[in-house]
Amino acid sequence: MSDIVLKTENLTKRYGGVHALEGANFELRKGEHVAIMGDNGAGKSTFVRQITAVEQRTSGQIWFDGKEVNFAGPIEARTAGIETVFQNLALADDLDVPSNLFLGREKLLFNLGPFSILDRKYMRKATEAALVRTAVKIPNLSNTIRHMSGGQRQCVAIARTATFASKLIIMDEPTAALGVQETAQVENIIRTLKDNGEPLILISHNMRQVFDLCDRIVVFRRGRIVANLRKENTDGQDIVSYITGAKTGEAELAA
Amino acid sequence: MAQTSHGVGGLTYDAKKRAWPAEFNVFLALVILVVIFELIGRIFLGDSFLFNTRSDVSGIFNEARLQIIILQVSIVGIIAIGVTQVIICGGIDLSSGSIVGATAMIAMSFAQVATVNGNPNPKAMFLAQGWTDLPVIVPLLVAIGCGLLAGLVNGSLIAYTRIPPFIATLGMMVTARGIAKWWSKGQPISFPTDSFAAIGKGLMPVIIFLSLAVLFQLIMTYTRYGKHCYAIGSNEDAARMSGIKIANHKILVYVIAGILASLAAVVLSSKNLTAQAGMGVMYELDAIAMAVIGGVSLSGGRGSIIGTVIGSLIFGVIISGFTFLRLDAYYQEMVKGVIIVGAVVLDQWRQRLRALRA
Repeated sequence: MSDIVLKTENLTKRYGGVHALEGANFELRKGEHVAIMGDNGAGKSTFVRQITAVEQRTSGQIWFDGKEVNFAGPIEARTAGIETVFQNLALADDLDVPSNLFLGREKLLFNLGPFSILDRKYMRKATEAALVRTAVKIPNLSNTIRHMSGGQRQCVAIARTATFASKLIIMDEPTAALGVQETAQVENIIRTLKDNGEPLILISHNMRQVFDLCDRIVVFRRGRIVANLRKENTDGQDIVSYITGAKTGEAELAA
Repeated sequence: MAQTSHGVGGLTYDAKKRAWPAEFNVFLALVILVVIFELIGRIFLGDSFLFNTRSDVSGIFNEARLQIIILQVSIVGIIAIGVTQVIICGGIDLSSGSIVGATAMIAMSFAQVATVNGNPNPKAMFLAQGWTDLPVIVPLLVAIGCGLLAGLVNGSLIAYTRIPPFIATLGMMVTARGIAKWWSKGQPISFPTDSFAAIGKGLMPVIIFLSLAVLFQLIMTYTRYGKHCYAIGSNEDAARMSGIKIANHKILVYVIAGILASLAAVVLSSKNLTAQAGMGVMYELDAIAMAVIGGVSLSGGRGSIIGTVIGSLIFGVIISGFTFLRLDAYYQEMVKGVIIVGAVVLDQWRQRLRALRA
């Protein structure tokens, strides 16, 4: 149990009569990169929303970092160490890179309530360190996000997760809106995270990307986990069969 | 530059790509405007707009004119500081002019003297209660209380009922004006104590305006409050996701705007030695215009107090310039309108150019 970062048991979410997620059992170990695949509406994002407490689950249990957890909201989940890169980037366009990285958890020089003085030097230094650690290239830290390309924005969003000693990073289709070069840039960052031993859940539709970046692939179909496969024991064809329902039954890991 | 396993990390600085501060453009506009007035003055009137041409007064510049330029915009400028942080935070405040009216009436009624030329003060509202000749701190606190209350109502309405700021502050604008008229049943309130009258004497409004501007420029740049204003104005959802308490912050923003409007009311009524229910009409729009000319974006997230101060100086230069050219006040207003629209159009162009270059 000690090397398990995240574990869910019978995680279920119903919206009225709609069973968006049914009895999901999921495990993530230290340093592991797991991909979640599935058709639209298969329950991938629903699954993530329960873990990050953006929504409250109907039933089931979640263990994170060795303890059973019941987060009241996304802020609590983030404080516990779950960092999420959202599909619609949660960045403030008119702020520069350090301000975005530290948004909502600014480092203070003097605590004067709302009028606390910011430690701008420290935040800039920490930002530079985070960008080096994630190998993110940003031409100018003082530039506002508004003046950056889609890839650079995504990189800033990812670098934010790496700034704070996070224990789990979740990315919801981080390259869906990016061009070829920008996608490569983001994928490089994910590889760097892998090298640093940071566990990651990646939701993606991109088969090549998943096989490139992840150790294990979990397939969702109609709210259920239908496959849980090591990359070595499967191929694209196989995964597609599970996604479309041509193959059924829960395929377990070959032990 | 650190080398990691997957390429070079870190930063490459390009000094040429560094953002050109928006305030610089506004300042340039101010300089151009001054030069235009100077040239017209020299060519057509044989007089200088900016420089001292009289032999009986010392100094290089025409100091009297410089003082008037800034003095005549100081009071609206104080309001504009509050309005600027509201707009940066993604809101708008239409109530500040009416808050000035209401606060001036209420505060002045606590700042009156008991006797005028040996007779009981005919305008004193609380003569019977004996609330006359009170120390200056009383009307000052009353004023701040009024602004705080108005801002609290504005902010709470916007934060909790989620009605648009335009509507909430429009309601306050009408209500506060009503309060201003009801307070003394339309009668002007006059004869303040000497200590109250000292607040708006001479160049005091300028000193108060500039000190508040410096204070708030520092707050907007160096404190968490300022950072969160920009964050909420630029992407409210992102700010919420980041754990910023949006409702509390918005209430604080409107409270500060209300207090600054009430301070403007104190300075104005003190300077005029009287308070009238019609005080501050249209001030909210002048304040918004100063901010907009100064580069504050009405869609939130962009702008600065320095920009607004320069915007207010542009206002002052236009008024003084037209007086200097001996043109009627009608033309002033026409030109003011053109400049407000022109400033926004120019800013849009600049933004589009930068987006293309990026």
